[in-house]
Amino acid sequence: MKEELFVSGRNIPFIDPVLHIWHWQIPLYLFVGGLAAGLIFFSTYFYLTGKEKEYPIAVQVAPFLAPIVIVLGLIALLLDLRHPAFFWQLYTTIRFDSPMSWGAWTLGAVMPLSVLWPLSYLTEIRAYFDGKNRYIINLIDWIFKMMKQYWIIEWVYKLSIEYRKPIAIVNMVLSIILGVYTGILLSAFNARPLWNTSLLGPLFLVSGLSTGAAAIMWMAKSHHEKIAFSKIDLILIGVELFFIVHLFMGFLASTAVQQEAAGLFLGGEFTAVFWGFFVVGGLVFPAILEILELYGFKIPISIPAFFILFGGALFRFIMVDAGQITRYLY
Amino acid sequence: MRYAMAMDTKKCVGCSDCVVACQTENNVPHGFCRDWIVENVDGTYPNLEMEIRSERCNQCEDTPCVRTCPTGASHIIEGGIVKVTHVECIGCGACIQACPYDARYFHPDGYVDKCTFCDHRVSKGQDTACVAVCPTKCLYFGDLHDENSPVSKILRERKWKVNAPEAGTKPQVYFLI
Ligand code: SF4
Ligand code: SF4
Repeated sequence: MKEELFVSGRNIPFIDPVLHIWHWQIPLYLFVGGLAAGLIFFSTYFYLTGKEKEYPIAVQVAPFLAPIVIVLGLIALLLDLRHPAFFWQLYTTIRFDSPMSWGAWTLGAVMPLSVLWPLSYLTEIRAYFDGKNRYIINLIDWIFKMMKQYWIIEWVYKLSIEYRKPIAIVNMVLSIILGVYTGILLSAFNARPLWNTSLLGPLFLVSGLSTGAAAIMWMAKSHHEKIAFSKIDLILIGVELFFIVHLFMGFLASTAVQQEAAGLFLGGEFTAVFWGFFVVGGLVFPAILEILELYGFKIPISIPAFFILFGGALFRFIMVDAGQITRYLY
Repeated sequence: MRYAMAMDTKKCVGCSDCVVACQTENNVPHGFCRDWIVENVDGTYPNLEMEIRSERCNQCEDTPCVRTCPTGASHIIEGGIVKVTHVECIGCGACIQACPYDARYFHPDGYVDKCTFCDHRVSKGQDTACVAVCPTKCLYFGDLHDENSPVSKILRERKWKVNAPEAGTKPQVYFLI
């Protein structure tokens, strides 16, 4: 039997291990990226399928959150760089081999377009927040005032209304790329066995869409819209659970390094937080509440919505944290 | 030209001279290193086996670190040496995550740093600092395309292995066994 008694590691104090180099910034960035993708996707999808009247909050109001959270994500990303003053170097080349590179370009494109989309619904958003949130109303009024002063802002505003459809199409495509990208960013690293699976792209996309749906049902006013997004969320949670089972089946049938990576979640140090807080707390528990709701129990929609959002964020923190300590053994 | 290194695990005594020589030669900041010593003890008592390795960036042929770099700061120069242009590096850490050998580190000045195979020395025909200093002469360096280089010769004579070939990076630091 071969048993490794010890590996001294690097014979210099302080430097081993240096594996853990991504802290809260990257998982936060991945979370808001997925959330923004979900918000934009549902908004543009239901607009393009002509359900604007049926789901007014999803189409007209919710996407105003997208540019706000994207800016948060960009700030987090910037804080993660050790040389933030050089961030513009990202935009001097496009390297298709590097997910970090095309992700930066995707975000660069999503950012202005995600502003353009809710901009066309400014009056509807104002009506939604009237009497609810003074700050947002003040902000929107300020934008309208600026429009009167600077013709260019008004011109962009008119443009966004006039070309709503093409803007919606581009936004929808970009939102899917953004959602998949948050997973591919990790799965491209073959040196980190936990991340190195092609399932991560679809898994992160589905998880991002479900957080987006949760945010929409939280904001929705009509019972009809709340129930519709609750149902969408239920389906997405089902798909997510299906992917998670497959993820672990794949790991366990794979090489020693991936079995070891899966071990972190099957008895290892991440077992309790992954299964207890994420799978049960962030997926199963809100799903049960939503099912009860569908059967007519009175449950404030904010509770399952909160747990889904919380679970989505936690999932990214766990994956980024755990992935960084998995490695090749030699 | 294809620079490579061979390291004799049977001769190495783990004195860490190569580590210190590199830190001095390359001004490596305190607390960091570009090469390091691994002591591996395998087996079940009393049948133990020890292997000492002096490790560094493998200057891989198929480089995930260069592939994932979004700015092109990580690049390959003449002889297959993988280098980082400090003023282009934004410190995103993608290359650190991508390296299966954990051969890269964040320099406190905000860029990523790693072994350069002492390209400033080898381009002048000198050995790398670690090879030059090794008291047991267990490090061999040279051009794989040159049959008479020390590394080509020793790889013909001895049995060798590379670290984690399954990571698929085609590492170019060979360990004599
Ligand atoms: S050992 Fe790591 S840093 Fe060096 S070339 Fe290979 S992958 Fe890149
Ligand atoms: S940390 Fe620097 S060298 Fe490494 S991938 Fe990012 S930009 Fe490239």
